[in-house]
Amino acid sequence: MRTSSLHHLTAPLIDNNPVTLQMLGICSALAVTTSLDTALIMSLALIGVLAAASTLISLIRRHLPASIRLVVQITIIASLVIVTDQLLRAFAFEISQRLSVFVGLIVTNCIVLGRAESFAMHNPVWPSFLDGVGNGLGYGLILMIVATIRELLGSGTLFGMTVLPLTSDGGWFEPLGFMLLAPSAFFIIGGLVWAIRTRNPAQVEANDFPIVTQTAEDQP
Amino acid sequence: MIDILVKSVFQENLALTFFLGICTFLAVSKRVETALGLGAAMIVVQSLTVPINYLIFQGLLVEGAWGWAGLPEVDLTFLKLICFIGVIAAFVQILEMSLDRFAPSLHQSLGVFLPLITVNCAILGGSLFMVDRRYDFTESVVYGIGSGIGWALAIAAFAAIRERLRYADVPDGLRGLGLAFIVTGLMSMGFSAFVGVSLP
Repeated sequence: MRTSSLHHLTAPLIDNNPVTLQMLGICSALAVTTSLDTALIMSLALIGVLAAASTLISLIRRHLPASIRLVVQITIIASLVIVTDQLLRAFAFEISQRLSVFVGLIVTNCIVLGRAESFAMHNPVWPSFLDGVGNGLGYGLILMIVATIRELLGSGTLFGMTVLPLTSDGGWFEPLGFMLLAPSAFFIIGGLVWAIRTRNPAQVEANDFPIVTQTAEDQP
Repeated sequence: MIDILVKSVFQENLALTFFLGICTFLAVSKRVETALGLGAAMIVVQSLTVPINYLIFQGLLVEGAWGWAGLPEVDLTFLKLICFIGVIAAFVQILEMSLDRFAPSLHQSLGVFLPLITVNCAILGGSLFMVDRRYDFTESVVYGIGSGIGWALAIAAFAAIRERLRYADVPDGLRGLGLAFIVTGLMSMGFSAFVGVSLP
């Protein structure tokens, strides 16, 4: 029992990562990763919403008629997101301005609805909570990796502190402006997917059109 | 007006510069026909929900909207998320039912994509951007149409590239999702070339 409940927490970190394997929640994963602090706040917000939503939905799963379950789930998630948004505005106004609409977009973040639908609806409260936290952490992990690469190479800083002194300030590092633009995030995530799948070949997608070398019998 | 249209289709393409609706974008782009169907559904829903949400926001939620009822201080803007998602879900449902009733053939081809659209972040994102940028009614109509077209354009082009990519010989770990990300990145670079374009 002990190992299995721990499994809910650790499996989504790398092996069953929501972003790279389940293809969930990519939308917001990319837009907030130009600097580490926005990525961190976004991950924390998502972990909070996901854990709370999974717990609540798991609590009421036996009383929820199948026909209206989506509406109820969306309502619960939206209320939680509103609370998170208001909290951010109250305590971290500057960052909430920089995140602009993306905190609100947690509502349609497929991770939250996806986990609620596929896990919390069929499992007791405690595993659902762990599953929520685990998937949130997996999402946060990818976000932090991408944000570290982008902030370090794009502006030479980590959390706003200078790590690589820029040439404009008399240092040696020429910032890669490309890292701050949208496309770089796609390349980094593509590379991460590649790295994870090379480590874990079971995740490789089937090849629909394998290349067949021509043998002597095929020749006319 | 034209400026907003061009801007929302090319320079501020929801899928490629704001990463909205990428989940659906990657999942439903294996074939060009399905991508076109989803794109068409997206244009319809987006160009109608953005103005509807505008009216609801201005009429019910903005500070002072309840002045006629003697409640001038009521500010319900914090409810905008839950209202918008409700409007979108309800609208998609109504659209699906009325298509089924009045245009069954269109429902056949578009129907499967409609439920997918409810959870598409591009729709909600469009409405939130409309509030964020303080568009007026005509601007929000134009913005809705433009951003819908932009998204449809991106997914149609992406699906066409992906259909060819199936025959490519790539490293095992990169096949499928990994390659899809990188191609999206390349397309996004292409679209960023439009940034310099400005109309008088």
